[in-house]
Formats: sequence, structure tokens, C-alpha cells
Amino acid sequence: MSVTVKEKNASAEVKNLIDKSVSLNPAVISIRKEALEAFQKLGLPDKKAEEYRHTPITSLLQRDFDYDALLSKPSDLDPKEYFIPSVKGNIIVLINGVYSSAHSSVISPADEVHITNLSEALAGGDTMALEHFAKYADVKSDAFTAWNTASWNHGVFIRIPENAIVQTPILIYHIHDARAGQVMSASRNLFVIGRHSEVTIIEKFDSAGLSHHFSNTVTEAVVSENAHLELYSIQNDAGSRYQVGLTHIHQAGSSLVNTFTFTLNGKLIRNNLQLSLDGEGIESHMFGLYLITDDTVADNHTTVDHRKPNSFSNEIYKGIMDGNSKGVFNGKIYVRPQAQKTNAFQSNKNILLSDKATVNTKPQLEIWADDVKCSHGCTTGQLDSEALFYLQTRGINKETARAMMLYAFAIEVLNNVKHAELKTYIDQLVSERLHTNF
Amino acid sequence: MSKDNQVLEELTSKEYEHGWTSDLETDSAPKGLSEDIIRFISTKKNEPEWLLDWRLDAYRQWSKLKEPTWPNISYPAINYQDLIYYSAPKQKAKPKNLEDIDPELIKTFEKLGISLTEQKRLTGIAVDAVIDSVSVATTYKDTLAELGIIFCSFSEAVQEHPELVKKYMGSVVPVNDNYFAALNAAVFTDGSFCYIPKGVRCPMELSTYFRINAANTGQFERTLIVADEGSYVSYLEGCTAPMRDENQLHAAVVEIYAMKDAQVKYSTVQNWYPGDKNGKGGIYNFVTKRGLCFGDGSKISWTQVETGSAITWKYPSCILKGNNSMGEFYSVAVTNNYQQADTGSKMIHIGNNTKSRIVSKGISAGHSQNSYRGQVKIMKRAENARNFSQCDSLLMGDQCGAHTFPYIDVENKSARVEHEATTSKIGEDQIFYCLQRGIDEESAVALIVNGYAKEVLNQLPMEFAVEAQKLLALTLEGSVG
Amino acid sequence: MLSIKNLQAKIGDKQILNGINLEVKAGEVHAIMGPNGSGKSTLASVLAGREDYEVVQGEVEFQGQNLLDMAPEDRARAGVFLAFQYPVEIPGVSTINFMKTAVNQILKSRGQQPLDAVSFLKIMKEKMKLVDIDQSLLNRSLNEGFSGGEKKRNEIFQMAMLEPKLAILDETDSGLDIDALKIVAHGVNKLRTKSNAVIVVTHYQRLLDYIIPDFVHVLYKGKIVKSGTKDLALELEAKGYDWIKDEVAVA
Repeated sequence: MSVTVKEKNASAEVKNLIDKSVSLNPAVISIRKEALEAFQKLGLPDKKAEEYRHTPITSLLQRDFDYDALLSKPSDLDPKEYFIPSVKGNIIVLINGVYSSAHSSVISPADEVHITNLSEALAGGDTMALEHFAKYADVKSDAFTAWNTASWNHGVFIRIPENAIVQTPILIYHIHDARAGQVMSASRNLFVIGRHSEVTIIEKFDSAGLSHHFSNTVTEAVVSENAHLELYSIQNDAGSRYQVGLTHIHQAGSSLVNTFTFTLNGKLIRNNLQLSLDGEGIESHMFGLYLITDDTVADNHTTVDHRKPNSFSNEIYKGIMDGNSKGVFNGKIYVRPQAQKTNAFQSNKNILLSDKATVNTKPQLEIWADDVKCSHGCTTGQLDSEALFYLQTRGINKETARAMMLYAFAIEVLNNVKHAELKTYIDQLVSERLHTNF
Repeated sequence: MSKDNQVLEELTSKEYEHGWTSDLETDSAPKGLSEDIIRFISTKKNEPEWLLDWRLDAYRQWSKLKEPTWPNISYPAINYQDLIYYSAPKQKAKPKNLEDIDPELIKTFEKLGISLTEQKRLTGIAVDAVIDSVSVATTYKDTLAELGIIFCSFSEAVQEHPELVKKYMGSVVPVNDNYFAALNAAVFTDGSFCYIPKGVRCPMELSTYFRINAANTGQFERTLIVADEGSYVSYLEGCTAPMRDENQLHAAVVEIYAMKDAQVKYSTVQNWYPGDKNGKGGIYNFVTKRGLCFGDGSKISWTQVETGSAITWKYPSCILKGNNSMGEFYSVAVTNNYQQADTGSKMIHIGNNTKSRIVSKGISAGHSQNSYRGQVKIMKRAENARNFSQCDSLLMGDQCGAHTFPYIDVENKSARVEHEATTSKIGEDQIFYCLQRGIDEESAVALIVNGYAKEVLNQLPMEFAVEAQKLLALTLEGSVG
Repeated sequence: MLSIKNLQAKIGDKQILNGINLEVKAGEVHAIMGPNGSGKSTLASVLAGREDYEVVQGEVEFQGQNLLDMAPEDRARAGVFLAFQYPVEIPGVSTINFMKTAVNQILKSRGQQPLDAVSFLKIMKEKMKLVDIDQSLLNRSLNEGFSGGEKKRNEIFQMAMLEPKLAILDETDSGLDIDALKIVAHGVNKLRTKSNAVIVVTHYQRLLDYIIPDFVHVLYKGKIVKSGTKDLALELEAKGYDWIKDEVAVA
């Protein structure tokens, strides 16, 4: 827990933000205060912090950001060029972490989907928002979560009532306008999916300009009994992006959650994904694909917490590292004493393409129940030169052969994307990357 | 915590209770750890100046280090100033006849397959030694000497072969490697030394038997094995301790240095007293074991069967420096009652075409916590490194825990690293199948557990393997309700 | 030898056996047939002592002893053998080691001396011939990676080794091709004597071409609804089970 001048600045920054948030519901104020205290106690993680040992986020924040010169002016950016043209749906836009009603449009019927700025929902006394806000993301164990909880001002609140099968996906575009200087944002989202409902939420991260920008987002999702959530995160932003994001999904009995995390670019991307399986008969799938090059660091820390019996979780993360890039994976599976008959599986596979690329992986099983089936596996290797040669002997040039094989490696994740247009879009993104950058 | 502190309190106050007789006082160091105590130990052992300096350096480094908090174990804080670091109760402990010897010790010798006549003589030596270390090879010293093999106690090696000790001691585990290794370097009392000369294949298994016997004393022994070019040795280590209500600290260091094409196989059956069924007593076992595959084509293989200790903190490792060198780790770790084990291996690949293999089988029963912690690191310049790791956990009962913490760090693209882990329980249908064939439940569990651990047990020398199987069954007795 | 009276058993809340009555004498072969879910395998499991099933009512006497009071291993030691429908795999434990443990524990329970390795191997080699099983198979981990036929042959091999008084074959024919079926049946027939008995639990008549039963019972909804000779089995093969169901419905 090193205390440097820069970190003190960060804490002071957080303090300022909290002081500005007086208009909010008093219950939220106390949560912010607690979070601030937790942040001050934790401090930003140093090199020795187990959870960040391969991800030098604190030193990069110190080196690459000037806290006194952060942009605070509203942005006049037109976000449309970042939209996925082929995927129609409800559109929510956050620019520099600020909820933009002007660019957002909800097309689903009001009795199916309810979307507002989270701060408005809380200020307006929305009972659902007040009931669930900050109940799941733990401020005491992670400094970034504490920072976010103490300092956020905007974010998306999605409420899906009971028995609503939402046909059109909800797209959240997180855009940073770093054209005029450095930007930092801390947005906060809350998704509450009612019983027996179904919804697809797609988050995409982009930026304009070349200045460094850092976003610290926290998303809490509550998936009620028998509800179904498909959650996508597409991270293909510029190489000047720094990101720490926590998504905590709290699942009730018989619910189904599929998460997808695609990391294709960025300077340092740290995804914390936590699933709490707090009911029986739950099914959870976590898919991840990181295709990185240059000096990108892509760090996925996932946790599956089996708290009740008879649930199933499966995790498949795959990574291809080229250039100077670094892939980090830590997958925790907890099976609590009462979570008998749990089935939990995890797999992490990596390919290193260059001499300077590295991977650090730590699959972690912690089991306190005896009647369970759990396994994890991870591999690191390079492309099979025999197979590559085989393709070449059939007249395929080396570059194509290589791309084909890398694509084949990635397909296990891609094939699980349910939304057809989205699948085509991501497929294209991945193919292009594999052909041109690798 | 306070209750545990009480236990420790008892440990230290009982020292007086036991009351060393006055004629032994000269052979015990006063309580506590300081440079004076280290000088005391060094003088007692008639050590050369350089070794005292080495110890003092270790002590100074240790003073700056912090006790590790990352292992998945919990125990009351150890007051290092409340321990005795040197105790040699020669007169008192020397057994007059076989009946005077701790029956546990006799039993263990029987388990190790040492004949009774030999045993009579050897136990005499064993109890005489501070660490009660006994080497079968003493019997064959002449035979071994003809081949140029040196096998003796560490103290003897310091006196007889100072140049070898000086050269290799600390070359694999530096004095400041970790908290417990530094502590050991400062205060170690004895241990084993072994040197196999160039091209010699040691014709017999060398065996060291560690026994914590004296109460209320920290136990620190040190083993150094040097295998010169093209040599081979298989080394066995067994350990037990008497049942005592207090916790006892054991912090050992084992270093293996393998030169070009040398092969060392190191097998351990660790059966330190694990405490009683309520978690009272037992050994705190903090051990640093590391092998350096220094030369090309060298190979070091660790096999361990761990059934004992209240707390186990141990990661036998291989540094694969030489090209084409190879490291292996085979482990069965059983925890029952309130035992805690945080154990595993490290394979550090530095040379080209280095290979490593980890097979770890954890078995948790009772209220125990069993953690596998391991690291496979492929350094940037290690071309074509290969590792395969298999870490399985078996749970018996719903009060215990199994944890797996593998760290896999790859910095070279040509590496191929595979890690697999599974967790399962003994199937009720497996037990029923055995019952239906007339096998009782205890035997059924033993059968299934031994089957589960077979891949590791197969690595042990024959007599050891049989013993290990019995130990497994014994440790798990009554753990299936 | 075996006398079952009004046996009722349930698993969880579900009652599966609804009052079975059956008398088996030494030297007899009884076939128990019935549609899926009629309780055939449950009966076999209850007789062997599987804990999942709770006996609600009734008695089972085996050679003058109350079988239901006995632990599964004691039943085995008294001479009850169950050839499993799905033999269990035990990794790392060879069939030889497994059988040696079983044979010696049974001998010990009878106050007899355990077999030394040589005499055990001698007996084993004799019994291997019965089911045409190769020793290399017995050296492998118990049932691990065995084909369906190999597993079933291994069951009969174990039966030969343990020489039970009462052998219960639970769907031993399922999943076997005709050659494997013949080998298994041949093994069972060789083991038949005047002093032991066999209960063959099966869905199909096929196996009964090779193991000729003295009696055939039809189990339906947890009760024996019809008993007869081997002709009944043929009739069932020709007409299926529906007419039995109809008969029961009418009754």
C-alpha cells in the first residue's frame, strides 16, 4: 500500500466529486462516504498486490495522467460513427461517462424496458434502484470499486419488469472524447432483470482523439428467478485507453446468464467479472476472447461464486498475444459448503505469437463442498507448425493459413454468440484483426 | 486466537516444567534468538569462522524479512524469542536398551524396513543427535567411500569437507530466499550432506530419517546433495515426531545441486505429528526444498507423500537452468481433522528444451484445508520449454476444503504449458460396489484413495510405497462416516 | 434359500416396490422380467443393500438370516452377489488387486486364512477361462476404459471368484452383442450348481435362450403380477408387455 503524491491526488479528486453530489438521496450519500473511507484505507494497488501483480495500473496512472489537467468540459462529439450499423436496438450513449439523453433512444415498449440515468433514478427515489444499488459490488476489497462508488455521477439504470421478453437488444455506447486532452470517467450502471424476463445488453467502448483516457466503470446486474441475461462487452478502443471495469452479476434460482468479453485493443484493459450464483438450478456461461498486439495489456479477472446447490457454471477464455502484448487471466471458482452438486468448469487457452508477448494465467479453484464436479484447464502454446505446413502444402499461403488457424482457435468463443447480426459484426472484427494485425 | 496463544504459552512455559537437569544446562542455549545465541551454537559445534559469518549474515537478513502471510493457512503468531534454538540432551536421552526408546520410533523404523539388529545400533546414534537424524548409509560408509561417495551428517561435512560445503551451501537456496530459509540458515543445527562424484551411480538408496524428539525446541536441519557430472542417486527422507500437545516449529532447508547429466531422485514420506483430532498439537512444518538443474541434461525428481504436520508449508522446486534439463514433482498430500496444508511446486524454466511435470493429488478430510500452490515460469530465453501439470483434489466429507492456486507465467512463445485440475469426491457408487464384493468401508476408502494416488505412489521406491499406502489408510481412518 | 415377503421400498418419496413375494430355492434359476420402470433394478439393489432405497415394509430371509438387517458387505460375505447393470469404474485400482482384497476379506470374515499371492493367481487363472477374459484386462484399472462387453464379463469373472450362493444378474445382457452374450451366459451356466441359485433380471427374453430359467416372473408397477415357466418369457417376447398391463388393469 504505497502512498505517493499522485495517489493522494486521486483520493482528493474523489473527495471533491463526493462533495458535489449533495442532491442525491441520503442513503446513497452514506454509501459514498463508506466507499471513500474504504478507498482511503485500501489505496491504489501497488506492485505486490496479489490481484494486480501482473497489471501495473497504478504506476501507469501515475506516469501517464495529469490529474490537474483532466478535461471537464462537456463534449460536442457525434457518437453515431461508433454505432454498430447492423445491430438495431435501444441505444444509450455515455460520453466521457456522462449520460447523453440527446443521443439515446429507447424503442422498446415502456412496459418492457425502462431505462434512465442511474443518478436520476436514485434521486427520484426509484425503489428498485435504491434496493439494489451498491449491494453487490464490494468496496472493501477493491480500490477501484471503492473509487467508483464514491465518485460516480452518471450511469445507466435498466429495469426489465417481470415476464418481459425484450426482443430488441439494448446497446450502451461508452465513448470518450480525448481530442482536447486527458479524460477520466467513472460511470455506474445497474441492471435489474425481473422474474421470467429475457434481455440482451451490449456494451461497446470507443474513443475519439489520441490523449490518454481512463474509465473506471462498475456495473451491477441483478438477474431474478428464471430470468435470462445475455451480456456483451466489446472493447476495441484506441491504444490510449486505460480501463478498469467491474461487472458483478447476482443470479437468483433457475436464471441463465451468458457473458461475452471481447478485448481487441487498448493500452490496459482490466475486466473484473464476478458472478454470484445465489440460488439453485442456475446456469452461467462466461466467454472471453482477447486478441492483442503492440503493448496492450488485457487482464481478465473472473470469479464464479457458487453459494447454493445444484448449479452449473462454465467458463471459456481464449487469448492470442502478439507484439509486446501481455495477456493476464485469473479465474476463481468458489464452491461454498452448502453448494453441493455443483458443476463448475473453466478453461483458459493461450497462443503466443511473438518473442515479446507474454501470458500470466492463474486458474484458481476453492472448494468447500464435497459432492461437486469441478475442473479447470489451461494451456499455452503456439500455432501447430505441422498443421500450418499441411495447409501450405494444399496451396494456401502462409498468412492465410495462419489466420485460418487463429480463427479456428477463436471460433469456440464466437460460435456461442446468439445474436445473429452481432455475431456477424464481431466475426468480421475478429477476422480483420487476424488477417491484418497478426 | 487467544486460545491458540494459550497453547503456545503452554509450550514455552512447559519448558521449565520439564526442567532440564543441571548437567544438561551447558548443552542448551537460553531461550531466544540473537547474534550471541548464533555464536553459542557455532562455538558448540566447533565451526569455522566463515560458517559463523554466514550464519550471522543470515540472521541479519532474517531480521529484515517478514513472515509470509500469503499461504492459505492460519496459526497463532509464533514468538521467535520464546523458542530454544539449541538443545542437545545427550546424556538424558541416550537409551540404555530397546525398551527405553520411544515405541513410536521403533514402529517407524519397522515401517522404514530397517531390521531390528541394525535398529538397535542406529537408534542409539539417532537419539544422540540433536535432530535425531539417522542415516542407514552410515552402515555402508566404507562401501560408499570406495566409490568416492560422501554421505555423512552436515556437522561432520563441515569439519571433514569444508571446501564442498562452502562452495554449495546456499547456492540453491540463498540465505535470504525466504523468511524460514533465512531462519534455518542462521540457526540450523545439523542435517545430512551427500556428494556423488563424477560418473558414479550410487548403488543403494541413501536414507535420512528425521525425528523431532526433544520437546519445546524449534527444529532446523539442513540437507545438501551435490551430484557431480553423470552421477545418479536416489535419496529417501522419512520423518515422524512424538505426539505432543504443543505445536513445534520445524523449518528445514534441502538443497540439491545437479551437474551435467546428473540425476537426483528425492523421495519423502512426511509423517510429522499432525495434532490430535481436535487440532491440538502437531508440527508447524515450514520447509524450503529446491533443486538446481545446473548442468545440461540433468534431472531432479521430487516425490512426496505428506500425511503429517498440523501445518505444512512446502514447495519442492526445480530451477531448470541447464539445457535439456528436467524437473519432476509428484505429490500426495493428505489432510484430516484440523490439518492445514499449503503445498505444491515451482518449475522455473531457464534453459532450452527444458521439461517439467507436476502431478499433485490432494486429499482433504475432516475439518482440514488442503491447498495446492504452484508456479510454472517459462523465462524469456527458454526455447521449447514443456510443462504438464495435473492437480487433482479429492474431498471426503463436507467440512473440509480443497484449494488450487496455480500460477502459470509464460514469456516465450515456443513454450507449451498445460495445466489440468479436477475436484471430486469418492463416489457413493464406488463404495457400494466395493461393499457388494464383501469389502468393508474402511478398506474400500483405502482402496479407492490408493488408486487415486497411484501415479505418485508408483514413483516411490518399493518399500516406501508400501509404507505410504498404509499411511494413507491410517491417516484417513474414520473419515468416512 | 431366499424368501421375500411383501417387500415394499421407496426412494425419496417415491414408492417403487409395492409388495413383492418370491421364494427362491437352491439350484433354481429365476428370471424377473418387466417393462422399463417396473422396479426390476430396484429389487436387485434392495437385495444387495443399496442405501438410497428405504424398505418400508416386508421381510427378506436369506439362508435363515434377516437380510435387510445386514450391511451390504455382510450380505456379500454371506453369499449374495450382484452383477451390476452399470459396473463402476475405480481409477488406479486393478481388478486383480480389487478381487484379492474382496476374496481375502470374505475369507477373513469366515475365520479362514487369506490366500497368498500364488494360490490367488492360480484360482484367478482358472476362473478367467470361464469368461474368456484376458489377464491384461484384469491388470488395468477396474472397469476404466472397458467396453460394455468387457465390463459385463468382468462382473461374471468376479462372480466366479467369489462363488456366491445367490447371484443376481441385473440386466447383464443389456448392451451386449450376441457373442458377448453367449460368453457371459456360458460363464453363468458353468457356475450353476445344486447348491446355489441365480436371479436373472432382464428386459428381454434373449438371455434366457442361453440361461434357461426354472421360473419366470413378470414385475409391473412394483409387484409380481404373473409367474410361469420359460414359456412365459417367450410369450412376452412375442406379444410384448401390453397384454400384461391390460390384464392388471382389468384385475
